Amino acid sequence: MSDLSHWSIFINAALINNFVLAYFLGLCPFFGVSSKLDTAVRMGGAVSFVMLVASVCAYGINHALELINAPYLRIISYTLVIASTVQLVEMLLRKLSPPTFQALGIFLPLITTNCAILGLALFQTNRGYGFSQSVVYALGAGAGFALALVLMAGVREKLDLASVPALVKGTAAALVVAGVLSMSFMGFAGLGA
Amino acid sequence: MPVNKASNTDEFVKGLWRDNPVFIMVLGMCPALAVSNTALNALTMGLATSFVLLMSAICVSSLRHFIPRETRIVSYICIIASFVTAVDYLLQAISLELHKSLGAFIALIVVNCLILGRAEAFSSRNRLVPSVMDALGMGVGFTLALLSIGAVREILGAGSLFNVPLFPDGYQTWTVMVLPSGGFFVTAFWLVVVNWIHQRRALSP
Amino acid sequence: MNGTPALDKLPTSALAMYRSIMVIGALCALMIVTVFNATEARIARNREQALAAAVNAVLPEARVTVPVALDAAGALHTADVLPALPVFLGYDADNQLVGAAITGIGMGYQDNIRVLYAYSFERQAIIGFKVLESKETPGLGDRVETEAHFIANFEALDAQLDATGNSLANAIVPVKQGEKNNPWEVDGITGATITSFAIGNILNDSASEWVPVLEANRQVFAQAPAQEGNRGAGE
Repeated sequence: MSDLSHWSIFINAALINNFVLAYFLGLCPFFGVSSKLDTAVRMGGAVSFVMLVASVCAYGINHALELINAPYLRIISYTLVIASTVQLVEMLLRKLSPPTFQALGIFLPLITTNCAILGLALFQTNRGYGFSQSVVYALGAGAGFALALVLMAGVREKLDLASVPALVKGTAAALVVAGVLSMSFMGFAGLGA
Repeated sequence: MPVNKASNTDEFVKGLWRDNPVFIMVLGMCPALAVSNTALNALTMGLATSFVLLMSAICVSSLRHFIPRETRIVSYICIIASFVTAVDYLLQAISLELHKSLGAFIALIVVNCLILGRAEAFSSRNRLVPSVMDALGMGVGFTLALLSIGAVREILGAGSLFNVPLFPDGYQTWTVMVLPSGGFFVTAFWLVVVNWIHQRRALSP
Repeated sequence: MNGTPALDKLPTSALAMYRSIMVIGALCALMIVTVFNATEARIARNREQALAAAVNAVLPEARVTVPVALDAAGALHTADVLPALPVFLGYDADNQLVGAAITGIGMGYQDNIRVLYAYSFERQAIIGFKVLESKETPGLGDRVETEAHFIANFEALDAQLDATGNSLANAIVPVKQGEKNNPWEVDGITGATITSFAIGNILNDSASEWVPVLEANRQVFAQAPAQEGNRGAGE
């Protein structure tokens, strides 16, 4: 069991060990949809939402697996259950709250098998977080992901106007920007410890 | 290039350079960056991924007439997750040390878009032999890409390669290279190198 | 775009879908179980060997080590099953209690760090230290495993109890590199401040919990239990 305070878990997941910039999780959507600020914000929201759902699922599955003593089913059941739950939630959203679905919906299928989601589930299990700790961890990780995405999109919108050598344009330039962001996030180390 | 009908060698070779998963297709970046802080980690991760890639290609390709279109994604995920679980346990049995240094990233091979991508785009529509060649090529290409990132990071960041010190005492290590930001920078550097070679080839036919 | 070439446009029957999922599920289950069974013993042995080697490294004078644990009532007894954070009592060649090897865990820079350290009854100090598991940055945080001046902290790190016997007389505190003035301070590493401080804090938390328990039970366990249950760490 882990006895870290909720605040330190949140700060740690959001800033110090930012999922994108320190763990390199969820890079595909990070580079894929970070060229426009508006899409970045919505994608951030969608990822945070899926993370929350996944974290609750993973907590439940882990307990069930411990009950039947089958740790070897962890990877496969996390992947499948999280993917199907997100699809279920997507259908529910479409029925119950069309405006929310309009804002987040198109991104949901994209991120069900995103490594940030599975990574979150595995990390919370490895560290033995309890239920409320897991939820806070998911909120922190989601907030950190959204923050990184929005910052990145802001920089890339400006970068479009600058003259970048053809060789570096595209992914390479985005990688360098991410590297600088990652370096600046290191300044948060030690916070909330 | 005179490609009329892709030969098996061609399927293999394309993964090494023309369609290199990391540098050209930009797939599977997460593990490429996360565990490439030393050459040994990069090599292990590359081999583990290649193994899963190869085995799932064999399964998907030989079951391709049996799996209906509607259930294909869930079937692929199931197959991949099983092989990843197997690799996870095999690696623990071979060397606990190595497994520890890779941590949760072995489990994250499941969501490496490269594997699902190749299953969907290639193995599900091709015979066994081309699928195996494709998977091998992609696997080797992925491993080489990881190794080239890992080697640069370890040489500059720790002054060693495969834990063998390269420089005399007093070498000032580039700490930033072993940090996460170093992963971004080195990958960007290799991308520029690859782009540059492509550009030169395009200019001088 | 979505064309498995050989398939026609007819919708697949539900039976075919069920069948394919069942068969694949069965194949996957077969494989996972086979691999798990084949590797389980080997993995357990690897773990055991790694732990035994670590215990031997931090507490070399112990010939025999016995795992102990606290039960629900707070009493110390020999453990049959190793808990997540095992604690071992170490006995010398004459079966006299010399020290304990204790596992501690805490948050480092990247992830949890798991350490093993040795407590000496005679010197009332921490006399050995080893990192069991960490994902700290190579070349930075992992210098806690190699840096000589940091390891020297644990040749004799004061851990005596106060008069009540319930807590440490002086809490173990990490300090910046070069500022260690007292035997209960852990000299940190510049450039790996967070990891080295984390280790100081892990030791303080764990020692505050375990040293009072161990000292209270010192007489009960003074002699090595003669019967089985001895987990050899270098017999």
